[in-house]
Amino acid sequence: MDWIQILSNSASSIISPATLAYALAALGLAVHFGFAGLLNMGIAGFMAIGAYGYAIGILTFGLPWWAAALLGLVASAVFALILGIPTLRLRGDYLAIVTIAAAEVLRLLFLTTAFDKVTGSADGLFGYHASFRASNPIPEGTYGFGPWEYREVDWWVRILGIIALILAIITVWRLMASPWGRVLKGIREDEEAVRALGKNVFGYKLTALVVGGVIAAAGGIVYALPSSVNPGVYVTSLTFFVYTALLLGGAATVFGPVIGSLIFWVLQTVLGNVLPAAVQAGYLPFMTSIQAQTLKFILVGIALMLIVIFRPQGILGNKKELTFVK
Amino acid sequence: MPTLALIVAFLATMLAFTFLAGVGSASADEIDTDKYQYRISGNVQLDGKPLENIALTIAGNGVDTTVKTDKNGQWAVGVPEKNATYTVALDENTLPTGIAVVNDADATDETPNIKDAEVGPGGRVTVNFFIGEGERHVTSFADQLVERIVNGLRFGLMLALAAVGISLVYGTTGLSNFAHGEMVTFGAVMTLVFSRGVGLPIYLAVPIALVLSGFIGYVMDAGLWRPLRRRRTGIVQLMIVSIGLSLAARYTFQYFIGGSTTQLVGADQRPIQLFGSVSMSIIDMVSVVISIVVIVAFAMWLLFTRIGKATRAISDNPSLAAASGIDVDRVVRIVWIISSALAGLAGVLYAYYRPGIKWDMGAEFLLLLFAAVTLGGLGTAFGALIGAVVIGLIVEVSTLWIPADLKFAAPLLVLIIILLFRPQGILGRRERVG
Repeated sequence: MDWIQILSNSASSIISPATLAYALAALGLAVHFGFAGLLNMGIAGFMAIGAYGYAIGILTFGLPWWAAALLGLVASAVFALILGIPTLRLRGDYLAIVTIAAAEVLRLLFLTTAFDKVTGSADGLFGYHASFRASNPIPEGTYGFGPWEYREVDWWVRILGIIALILAIITVWRLMASPWGRVLKGIREDEEAVRALGKNVFGYKLTALVVGGVIAAAGGIVYALPSSVNPGVYVTSLTFFVYTALLLGGAATVFGPVIGSLIFWVLQTVLGNVLPAAVQAGYLPFMTSIQAQTLKFILVGIALMLIVIFRPQGILGNKKELTFVK
Repeated sequence: MPTLALIVAFLATMLAFTFLAGVGSASADEIDTDKYQYRISGNVQLDGKPLENIALTIAGNGVDTTVKTDKNGQWAVGVPEKNATYTVALDENTLPTGIAVVNDADATDETPNIKDAEVGPGGRVTVNFFIGEGERHVTSFADQLVERIVNGLRFGLMLALAAVGISLVYGTTGLSNFAHGEMVTFGAVMTLVFSRGVGLPIYLAVPIALVLSGFIGYVMDAGLWRPLRRRRTGIVQLMIVSIGLSLAARYTFQYFIGGSTTQLVGADQRPIQLFGSVSMSIIDMVSVVISIVVIVAFAMWLLFTRIGKATRAISDNPSLAAASGIDVDRVVRIVWIISSALAGLAGVLYAYYRPGIKWDMGAEFLLLLFAAVTLGGLGTAFGALIGAVVIGLIVEVSTLWIPADLKFAAPLLVLIIILLFRPQGILGRRERVG
């Protein structure tokens, strides 16, 4: 096995666009699930709205890339409002089922051939990079060192992703330290008590849904920036993977989702490299290399179960803080 | 430098993909041809002149695709299976006025616009229609509606088998089981293992698969859910554990049976015309009878046996039931075994309905199950039954107006809308809403 190569790939995945996208999505989900106690199972839908909003903004409406990104964010805020106004009255598990259904409806709408001209149906959308690449201030060339050596285009994606992530972290951190955040955590712990204090619980929940949704949509945009928008990505499994990353780091923390996504992707890369290599080297004679790739997803499922059972507060969380919503 | 070489190789691949994808989508007349390796294609012409924008629907073996001809009159659709039969239907409404699909000189087919296409060992087949002046063969709206309603009831009854189980588990333990879809897949996969793998006839393979499904239900309760109940784990935590279980199980199926679709024995049976435009194969009819018999038996069990009454008592109020001497753990164990076996049965029937067994077939089923259960009212078994039939009807009847690839979106949308006006579902009680 080529350990140097495996280590290099794993180290490189620390700032890969996928990791940054998951970190943003998990941070948005932390606002929903960790801080407000909203069991949103449709985070993949928010990411899809961001990604499709960005790509459609450029391809169909001919917007410059930054305006298209803005369109993606606004679209996800609108989606959060449409989703939130009817469903936030529902109890936790009903909310989970409605949000997962809404995300799936959205995915099927992007997938259907009826809107092929706009959404590209099963092919997805691609070839929207011109405006984004033209805005790149970095001169052509390869920069960096060791595993983190990328071309100027790839750096531009990563730099913007990191800026978006830092902005999102500061926003969530300041919001949760504010009176607004304290009310939100109060709603998570005991909705009735907060209502009895005269707070508009519905309004707080709705704002939280919009804020988290916009951050998750930013994750979708970062995911779409370097490559293409493919409807096969925004399936319910994506929601579950983001939950795994979030719960790994700690749901009711600001840095937990970021750390969780980082560990999630580094482990995915390590397993994705080590397992097939081990099969080829003959260490796992009962397995094909395709099966080895599947194995890493089985391990994600098992890891999710173990985290929730044995360390529900995650790596960074405080056991007292995160009591799962009743 | 290896890293640089890797990045260059990666970019080259990405570029190649973009290029390929661009070519693939340039003409809308080819669908899924890059996704699947086998294809059905054809050429629609009138007296040697190509006809553009004629719609054709290709269905069977899990495919339901509509394609339009390009300006050369050509079309092609990728399909997942060879040595299989697909139906190709030409939509006569898209032909120019006064033109229809006509019969060969001596053939007397009533619907020459619908043909069976057998994809042989070569993996490619061409389907062409004779087109000329003549009367169109359009199924009347009423006939289509009847056909859809029959199919919808069939699908709904199958959905109900799994829905009553998920509903009972929810009622007795408070768990919204996201792994129920994988219990559905499990039944189908075990049938596959014992029929195709071991070589048993299907009438032995199915009962064995159902017994194993029931056993897996017992194992899950004893090994996972009961210990978690003992720990007093919260319902949201339980729900996320079931999501982890669902992911692990789903990819375990993929690990063993791969990513392709496999057919059960007898899935290629010819449908028999019953009345109007309704046609079913023998296996379809047996499926309907089995669904009805099992559901009636289940309802009898729930209404009239001691355990059934105890189950309903626990759904109503677990502490009161325990206080009045009901052994809650035992009842929950039985509920798990029954709901798991019912899910397995639904899986076998679904494998014939789709048709085909695929590792993630349960995942697409799960959301419809949730829709059915929520529509009927969480935790009420009879509500789940009604909800499932309603969802089945919506799935099938909606295709009269909306594209077939949106048919699973329709019930989910209806679910969201109904919850706006009646959050507790059809049979649910008002207090269940938070």
